[in-house]
Amino acid sequence: MTDPSSSFSHADGAPDTSDAAPTVGLFVTCLVDLFRPRIGFAAVKLLEAAGCRVVAPRAQTCCGQPAYNSGDNGHSRRIAAQVIDAFEGVDYLVAPSGSCAGMIRAHYPELFEDDPAMHLRASALASRSYELVSFLTDVRDMPLAAIEARFDGAVTYHDSCSGLRELEIKQQPRRLLSAVEGVRLSELPSAEICCGFGGAFCVKYPDVSNKMVEEKAADIVATGADALLAGDLGCLMNMAGKLKRQGAPTRVYHVAEVLAGMADGPGIGEADIGEAEEDAAPAPADT
Amino acid sequence: MSAARDQILGHIRRSLGRGEGAEAAAAREAVDARLTERPRGLIPERARTPDPDALVALFQEKAARVDCTTQVIASLDELPDAVADYLARENLPAELRMGAHPDLTAAPWDSRPTLSVSTGPTDGSHAVSVAAAFAGAAETATLALLSGPDAPTTLNFLPESEIVLLRKSRLVGPYEDVWRLLRARNEEAGGLPRTVNLITGPSRTGDIEQTIELGAHGPLRLHVVILDDV
Amino acid sequence: MQTTTPQFKENARTALANPQLQQALTKMKVGFVERRAQARAALPEFDALRDQARDIKNHTLEHLDLYLERFEEKVTAAGGHVHWARNAEEARRQVIEICRGVEAKSVTKGKSMISEEIALNGALEEAGFEVVETDLGEYIIQLRKEHPSHIIAPAIHVLKEQVAEDFRAHHIQFDKARPLTEPRQLIAEARQVLRQKYLDSDVGITGANFLIAETGTSVIVTNEGNGDLTQTLPKVHVVIASLEKVVPTLDDASAILRVLARSATGQEFSAYTTFSTGPRRPDDPDGPEQYHVILLDNGRSGMLGTEYQDMLRCIRCGACMNHCPVYGAVGGHAYGWVYPGPMGAVLTPSFIGVDQGGHLPNASTFCGRCAEVCPMRIPLPKMMRHYRAKEYEEGLAPPAMRFGLDLWGFVATKPRLYRLATRIAMGLLGRLGRKRGRFARLPLAEGWTRHRDFPAPEGSTFQDQWDAMGGAR
Repeated sequence: MTDPSSSFSHADGAPDTSDAAPTVGLFVTCLVDLFRPRIGFAAVKLLEAAGCRVVAPRAQTCCGQPAYNSGDNGHSRRIAAQVIDAFEGVDYLVAPSGSCAGMIRAHYPELFEDDPAMHLRASALASRSYELVSFLTDVRDMPLAAIEARFDGAVTYHDSCSGLRELEIKQQPRRLLSAVEGVRLSELPSAEICCGFGGAFCVKYPDVSNKMVEEKAADIVATGADALLAGDLGCLMNMAGKLKRQGAPTRVYHVAEVLAGMADGPGIGEADIGEAEEDAAPAPADT
Repeated sequence: MSAARDQILGHIRRSLGRGEGAEAAAAREAVDARLTERPRGLIPERARTPDPDALVALFQEKAARVDCTTQVIASLDELPDAVADYLARENLPAELRMGAHPDLTAAPWDSRPTLSVSTGPTDGSHAVSVAAAFAGAAETATLALLSGPDAPTTLNFLPESEIVLLRKSRLVGPYEDVWRLLRARNEEAGGLPRTVNLITGPSRTGDIEQTIELGAHGPLRLHVVILDDV
Repeated sequence: MQTTTPQFKENARTALANPQLQQALTKMKVGFVERRAQARAALPEFDALRDQARDIKNHTLEHLDLYLERFEEKVTAAGGHVHWARNAEEARRQVIEICRGVEAKSVTKGKSMISEEIALNGALEEAGFEVVETDLGEYIIQLRKEHPSHIIAPAIHVLKEQVAEDFRAHHIQFDKARPLTEPRQLIAEARQVLRQKYLDSDVGITGANFLIAETGTSVIVTNEGNGDLTQTLPKVHVVIASLEKVVPTLDDASAILRVLARSATGQEFSAYTTFSTGPRRPDDPDGPEQYHVILLDNGRSGMLGTEYQDMLRCIRCGACMNHCPVYGAVGGHAYGWVYPGPMGAVLTPSFIGVDQGGHLPNASTFCGRCAEVCPMRIPLPKMMRHYRAKEYEEGLAPPAMRFGLDLWGFVATKPRLYRLATRIAMGLLGRLGRKRGRFARLPLAEGWTRHRDFPAPEGSTFQDQWDAMGGAR
């Protein structure tokens, strides 16, 4: 089976698209939906460039991770069931977040360990769910030539914890970034150390979280990079918030924005939203 | 047996959900099998070489990394010279304390009349000890020393410097081969000695600001003399 | 030991404001991590050895009763004594009885976290014995009347200048003008002081890294040699070990030893790994005349068969805390009880209850670095999550958090309501934040904005924009 679009069985009711472009259900994630839709549009653009048909199932809200990590298994299961229902018809679920994709891939089956029917459905979805950049690389084997983007300057990259450790995302974003014209990668020595976001952690233990993001921000600034990139908006908002508070000039973008050539608007936490909204609509690569 | 013992063991069995009869018998069998067969696990590649020269080279390389010095001698007759020269090099007193191990007592100590040699345990008043290793594991330059009538354990810890004689024929790759030799010895000796010391380099500590310093409580220097008896 | 775990937040604040501690932690975060990485890189089989170590312990735990019985049998056959202790109080009493039995005056101790767990030093002192910790780090904190802040480097929070001050205050027999600026000088002085303590000691107490069922042997792993002097020179050697320390065979112990030091200090093997079986033999020129092993349960038998059983594989290497960003920020004392870091975040609620220890499993970002480095492959975040669930089920979670979760859960399971509510909220926030792109202060988000700005949303949601452009559903 060389065609990745046919690598999973469709016994659970997904349409057979083995000869056509696979249908990707974009799990936009609540943070992207609410705070930075342009990341979602960047994801759509990249998925289409990788030969996928993209749908955004309407009944999606959140992956349930806030509840799950707070020990609220009841709500977690209800939210998970909703996501499983909403994405049952697509070939793949793809999220522009290692954290949400990790929740679906690694933890949905765990949530239904005592419910065989749901466990089966959760496992089926889990096996078809990916984080955006790893999907583009590992499943679609996206040719570097399909990345049409330009970003002038040095960037540094933070490996968000869930993506790194639950999904083994490390080289994939770096590989794709190497295809972006004008970009220079200046590695962050502490790239694999948590930024201190941790969902509710950052508000439950604000002082500890602050210490962590303070060290992270210092490390980011020390790389001298013009921009910080990562694959998770939660971590990005945390680090951007700290960098802005400190008055650091570093700009902050989701890696998908740069890969899609959509990082010419304001970075996370920067002003001028009005212009940004115009930029956010999917458009040909602005190179 | 004590109430505490019965209660603890009972609690373990309940927690494990261990049944009676056939299930309990199967568990017992699994334990007996493991203790009799003593299955060997994964041995790192580096420790698998059977070549004695390669083992010596590996031992010496690993020893150097843990601040342990080594030298090779061709016969026991050379031991006094090796020891005396080492002491001179390190500017140490020419007084030795050692166990009455046959290998050590067989060495011609008289050939170096400046050396003063006594046997027995130490109370801390001896600066240099000499001991004979039971075996060595080359994988990490680890010496195995056994306590016994001719091998006081205090000699391994109280003196500031220790010199250990290791026969090349007793140098093996992995720790597991040390146990193989030890079990063979135990059959004759009727069980393990009180103490088996696996020693890898001199005493060290990183307890003050993670700065590694040698000679925390045990020896500051460890010198291994490998006797080429192969 | 009195716990301050319920005050974790206050403890953390104090720790964050302590410049000496922060300096010490900065050093720790680099040293241990780099050395472990080098040790791992130098042994291609390292990860496979971790799998094997996990499997050995899993097998042992599934047959724990049988291996303990075999261990006891073998200790007794070698002339030693085994004592079973259900809890800390029983263990303390047993140690005191052994000490009284030989009319001991002075007791020396090797490093043992179990001894901390059962608060042994205080009990021994109360019973009239002089107690001397001999591990350098333990000795330093004994002088400072503190507890270990790290399970393998107990004084990691102390700077050398502070050690020098403590030594000057306590070692009044030496010249006041002596130089004590270098670690080497401090170590030489401690060596000299403690040497006499070993020689004067009547009872030596150590912990155990392993108990071996095959031979009835206890094993200690040290670098200083203090544990060996502690157990060799006095007439009595007492080992205090918890039940899960047992492994089947010598081979099994060495298999786990291959991952222990590498994970802990990044050494390939510790300087001294000592296997003790029974008391000295009749012809032995030295060694203790009595050998006792105290087998401590203290809650462990109750962890078997539960979602916390995996925790009993822990070999106390400290890798989880060395790699933990939370530990790295606040140090070990903030955790408020015996065991800090991720392993402590699981053990503390297990031993003192989730009502007392509940903060610790919550004070984690689930970054997963602990599980990534654990030589025994213990799923630490998963177990912390189990504690969060337990806390939630028992209604111990803070009411504000519960309310927030319920509200979010309510909205998130009603996609239409969710879209309406988020449209309104993001529209409002977007308009308010349009000018600066971020908020320096935001009601209900004080925890966030105290330390960082809050990036403003674009204003309209992805869902609405997607609909507006006729995106496929």
